[in-house]
Amino acid sequence: MDEVKVMDEQKRNLSLNRPTERNTTQFIVTQLGGEQYGIDIKYISNIIRMSKITRVPKVPDYIKGVINVRGIVIPTLSLRLKMGLPEDEITKRTRIIILTLEQHESIGVMVDEVKEVVTLDEEHIERMGYEKDEKERFLSGVGKADGKLISLLDITSVLSEIVDV
Amino acid sequence: MDTSQYLDIFLDESKEHLQNLSDQIMELEQNPENMDTINEIFRAAHSLKGMAGTMGYKRMQTLTHDMENVFSEVRNGTFKVQPGMIDILFKSLDALEEYVNNIQQTTEEGTNDNQDLIDALNSILKNNGEVKVGDSTPDAPADPAADTTAKAESPDADSSDGKKERWQDIKINDTEKMLIEKANSEGLKVYGVTVYVEEACVLKAARAFLVFKALEKLGEIIVSSPTAQDIEDEKFELTFSLIFISGNTAEEVKEAVKSVSEIEEAFCAEYKAAAPAPAPTAAPAKTETKSAAEVKTAAPAPAAAPAPAAAAKPAAAAASTTKPTAAAKPVVNRTVRVDIEKLDNLMNLVSELIIAKNSLISATAAEGKGDNNSVNEQIEYLESVTTNLHESVMKVRMVPIESVVAKFPRMIRDLSKKLGKKMELYMTGEDTELDRTVVDEIGDPLMHMLRNSADHGLEPNDVRVANGKPETGSIFLDAYQDGNNVVIAVRDDGGGINVEAVRNKAIERGTVTPEQAETMTEKEIIDLLFLPSFSTAKKVSDVSGRGVGLDVVKSKIESLSGEVEVKNHFGEGSSWIIRLPLTLAIIQALMVVVGDEKYAIALGSIQTIEDVLPEDIKLVQAKEVIHIRGTVIPIIRLRKVLDIPSGEENSNKNLTVIIVKKGDKLAGLVVDELIGQQEVVIKSMGKYIKVPKMISGATILGNGEVALILDTNALI
Repeated sequence: MDEVKVMDEQKRNLSLNRPTERNTTQFIVTQLGGEQYGIDIKYISNIIRMSKITRVPKVPDYIKGVINVRGIVIPTLSLRLKMGLPEDEITKRTRIIILTLEQHESIGVMVDEVKEVVTLDEEHIERMGYEKDEKERFLSGVGKADGKLISLLDITSVLSEIVDV
Repeated sequence: MDTSQYLDIFLDESKEHLQNLSDQIMELEQNPENMDTINEIFRAAHSLKGMAGTMGYKRMQTLTHDMENVFSEVRNGTFKVQPGMIDILFKSLDALEEYVNNIQQTTEEGTNDNQDLIDALNSILKNNGEVKVGDSTPDAPADPAADTTAKAESPDADSSDGKKERWQDIKINDTEKMLIEKANSEGLKVYGVTVYVEEACVLKAARAFLVFKALEKLGEIIVSSPTAQDIEDEKFELTFSLIFISGNTAEEVKEAVKSVSEIEEAFCAEYKAAAPAPAPTAAPAKTETKSAAEVKTAAPAPAAAPAPAAAAKPAAAAASTTKPTAAAKPVVNRTVRVDIEKLDNLMNLVSELIIAKNSLISATAAEGKGDNNSVNEQIEYLESVTTNLHESVMKVRMVPIESVVAKFPRMIRDLSKKLGKKMELYMTGEDTELDRTVVDEIGDPLMHMLRNSADHGLEPNDVRVANGKPETGSIFLDAYQDGNNVVIAVRDDGGGINVEAVRNKAIERGTVTPEQAETMTEKEIIDLLFLPSFSTAKKVSDVSGRGVGLDVVKSKIESLSGEVEVKNHFGEGSSWIIRLPLTLAIIQALMVVVGDEKYAIALGSIQTIEDVLPEDIKLVQAKEVIHIRGTVIPIIRLRKVLDIPSGEENSNKNLTVIIVKKGDKLAGLVVDELIGQQEVVIKSMGKYIKVPKMISGATILGNGEVALILDTNALI
C-alpha cells in the first residue's frame, strides 16, 4: 500500500505541474446495501428500470435470468449476490445497469439505486494494492467525492469470472 | 481505384471457374471425345487465366496458361484426351485452388511455382503434339472448326477501317475543343483511341482501368466514351473510345494499350477536328449503323458485336460448325451478389417486425379492441404480410446445397483411386435449398460420411463379387425437402454395419460392460459409433478411421439443430440420414406454461398433445411412463427438470402431456397449460451466460417479456 501511495504522490506532483493533462474518470455512483459503488461510465451503455426478468434454470444463483432490452436478450446478474451481500430487495429504485464490454456483448447488473455521476481526478482515487481480500476482489480502488468514500468496481474482473464459470 | 476492390469478385468467380473446370474434367474423363466439354473447359481456363493476369497473380496465370494450351491443342484435334492427362489436370486444379485459397487468406498467391505441373503439362504438349504436329498444323487453317473458333480474330485484323474506330463518334464540347487546339499549338498530337476488350474478359472495368493507367503514363485523356464513371461501373459493351493528347507516336500509344492483357484490338489514329461531324446528326446507336454502311463496304457481322444478341451470334455460328450438338452459351443469370451481412441485417429487421406484430396483437387483445372488426382485419392482413415477408427473406438467404456437394464426385474419384476400390457416386437433389448459414457448415459432416461409406461401407471389389454384388460399389447422396426440414441421406450398397463387431469392440474398449452389451438393441449399439474416439476400422487409414469423425459429424449437425439417424441392413448397406431445419432464425413454436413461466417448444418436434389421467401414469423401473396407443412413452415433468420454484401440480387434475420425438424416440413432457402456436424469433442469449443444454435460445414475446426455447432433443 505504501508503495502505491508514494507512486500516487509522484503522480500528483506531476499532474500539478501540468494541470491540462489531468486524468479524470466519470463514475456512476450506485447504492448496494449500505455502501456506494462507482462504475466507470465508459462501460455503461444504458440504465433501465427494473423489468421482468426471465429465470434461466441451472445457472449460478447470482445470475437472475435474462431481460429484453430493445429487442436484445441480455443476461442479468445480481451484484449483491456476486459480492456476497444479502439477496436483492426489489424496490421502485432498483435499476439494471447495462454494461457493454465488447461490441454486441452486454450484461445487466442489478443495483439498489443509481445515485449520481461523479467526476474523479486521479488524485482523488486511491488505487487498491495487490493484496485484495475477498470483499475487495472486485474493486479497483476507492474514490473520494464531497467527503464520501466510493468503492470503485473493477468491472472487467467481475465479468471475467462470470465468463469462466 | 485499384485492383483490390475486385478481389472479392475475383475470388468468387475463380472459385466458380475452378468448380466448373473440375466438373467438366470429370465429364471429360467419362467422355473424352465430347467437344462441348472441351470447349467449356477451354473457356473456363481462359477466363481464369485472364482474371489471374488482371489481378497480377503471375504464378496462377502461368499455370492456367499451360493448362489452357493443352486444352487448346485438344480442341484443335492435335491429340486426344488420355487418362494420364486427366490426373495431371486434376493436380493442376488442386494447385490452382491452393493459389486461390492463399489469395483469400493473405491476398498473395504464395510462392509455390508448381514447376513440376507446368513441366508435366508442357511435356503433354511436346510428346503428343510432336507425333501429329506435322499433319495437323497445315490442316488447321483449312479446318472449319479451327477457323470459327479462332474467336473471329482474323476478321478483326482485316477490318481496321473507320468502322472500328469508334472514337470518331465521340462528341466533344467547347472546353475539350479548346484543349485539343491548345495541344495542337503546343506541338502535341491528339489521338483518337478505340479499344476492344476480348469477349471472354470477365473484369472489363479492371481492364479498362489498366488501359487508362497505361495511357496516363504517356499523356492526358481528354474525354472518353462512355464516361470514365460508366467505364468504372462496367457500363459498357466490349469497346470504349477516348481522345488522348500525347507526345508519343500512334504506334506507341497502340502498343501501350495492347500491353494490357485480354485487349483484343486497339485502334489509334490522329484525331481530326472534322471527324466528329457525322456524330451530331443522329443518335449514337444510329450513327453506328450509318457509319458502318457509309465508311466501307462489308465489315463482317461479328465485328460489330455491341449488343448481346450480336455477340451471341458468332458464338452460335462457331458452335454449329464445330459440332451440331454444341453447348449453348451459358445462360446469363439474372442475379445480384449481395453481402451476407446485408441479408443478416434484413433478416434481423424482419424478426423485429414479427415481434412488433406480435406485440400489436397482444396489445389489442388486452385492450379489448379485438371485437373491432376493422382492426382485426388489418392485423390479419399485417400478419399475412409479415409471414410472406419472412418467407421471402428466408428464400433469399437460401442457397442450393450444390455449392457444397459439387466437390464430392471428385473426392470419390480420388478416394476410389487411393483405396483401390471401384465406386461411383450418384447424387440427387443438388438443387435442394438450405439457409446459407447451414449450407456453409454442412460440407464437413457430409464429407466425413461419404468417406466413411467409401472406406468402411463398401467392401473391397473381390469381396463384392464373391457376395454376388456388382464389382463397382455405389454411394448415393440424396437431398430433398420434407416439410420444414431438409433431409440429406448418404447411402451405400456395401456391407452395412456389423453390429456384432461394434458390440465386441465396445466391450473390448470398456465403453460398455459385457452385461450391458447383451441387453443393448441394435440401434443403441450403432449409437455407440457416434461416441468420441470410437472407430471400428481395423487399421487407421488416411481416409477415415481415426476415430474422429462420426462424433464430430453428430455434434456439428446438432449444433445446427439437426439430427442424424442410421438405418442399417447388414450385408446390404447402410444409410445415414441427416435432418436439418430450413432456417435457424425463426421457428413455429408451441407456447406453454410451466409454473408461472412461459416456454416455447419447436412445433417440428411435437408429435401429439395428450390429455392424461394421473392414474394412467405407471412406474416402470422407477421411471414414470404412459401407454398411448400401444407405445410406452417415458414422462418428463418439466417442473422438475426446469427447477420451477413456485407452486405444486394439482395432482387430481388431468395432465397435459406434449409428446415430442427425437428420431424414433418419444417422450411426454408434462406442462401446466398450453397457450398456442406462435412464430418465434430465436435470439442468442449472449456469452455472459452459460445456458444448460435443454435451453436452445430465447425469444421475445409480444408483451416484451423473454421466454426460453426448450430443446426437446436434449431433454430426451
